[in-house]
Amino acid sequence: MTLVDQPLLLGKYSFQSRLFLGTGKYPSMESMVESLAMSGTQCVTVAVRRMQLGVPDGKTLLDYLPRDKYVLLPNTAGCFDADHAIRTARLGRELGIGDLVKLEVLGDPQTLLPDPIGTLEAAKVLVKEGFVVLCYTSDDPVLAKRLEDVGVTSVMPAGAPIGSGQGILNPNNLRIILERTKVPVIVDAGVGTASDVAIAFELGAHGVLLNTGVALAKDPVRMARAMKAAAEAGRDAFLAGRIGKKLYASASSPTSGIIAGE
Amino acid sequence: MNTMTVTVNGEPRELPVGSTVADLVALLGLKASQVAVERNREIVRRAEHASTLLVDGDRLEVVTFFGGG
Repeated sequence: MTLVDQPLLLGKYSFQSRLFLGTGKYPSMESMVESLAMSGTQCVTVAVRRMQLGVPDGKTLLDYLPRDKYVLLPNTAGCFDADHAIRTARLGRELGIGDLVKLEVLGDPQTLLPDPIGTLEAAKVLVKEGFVVLCYTSDDPVLAKRLEDVGVTSVMPAGAPIGSGQGILNPNNLRIILERTKVPVIVDAGVGTASDVAIAFELGAHGVLLNTGVALAKDPVRMARAMKAAAEAGRDAFLAGRIGKKLYASASSPTSGIIAGE
Repeated sequence: MNTMTVTVNGEPRELPVGSTVADLVALLGLKASQVAVERNREIVRRAEHASTLLVDGDRLEVVTFFGGG
């Protein structure tokens, strides 16, 4: 018997793997390449930054990311207002890798929490300009709905602050977002270890995006494998339909036919 | 040779008058396929690099991809 899963559809893009990985903070490019391969991801995020001028011509990140293996998802990380994020998204598109963007408009550098107003403004503009907008947001169900209304392709609620490794801090909010949002929901940010990924998928998340949890693990490649296994386990558990939680026990062995006591 | 001053990634840079975006990219030792260019907050499409003349005071951003999440 084969148990198949539907691919995750984001605009015209289709992914068998529901894990999305970032490309930042790895101890080396080799570690990144191996970790990405081990995770099974088909879509990786990249940042748009100023070319370092006067540095001897070397390999760029793109040389390590074969386009036949990975769809590149440029982000607008580091942008603290809508205008900045919009310009960064346009530059990412001009780099010639398609119309996907992971929109982030951040509130402040310490929390890196999304600025909800700037995020909504930028989302409107980018959707109008034809971008496939995957939108980083807080775990606010109302904002998720508003972002859906302006046409984003996916909402990406943070499980916890970026890079914090705290996991899914408010599973109830995530459940509400999942119940009330029609577009795919990709949990983005906060993943610290494999069980966080499993929990997100068990709750019904359509995808999980992570970076620091793998890149800064003591052994990134092994953690990448753990994340892959957790994604598959969590997703399968969700599709299989878990049992309800009850207060009292329910015997697994037959309650009749027990041999006589004294 | 007449020169002009433009700002590239926040740094002033002298260029010969009449330089294009393509000239700048070449001067920086970059491949056009590796970079995206914004001039005074507007994207300059790759196909227009060779025909886009720079003028004194232009502000340019020359970007590429880096690791990120």
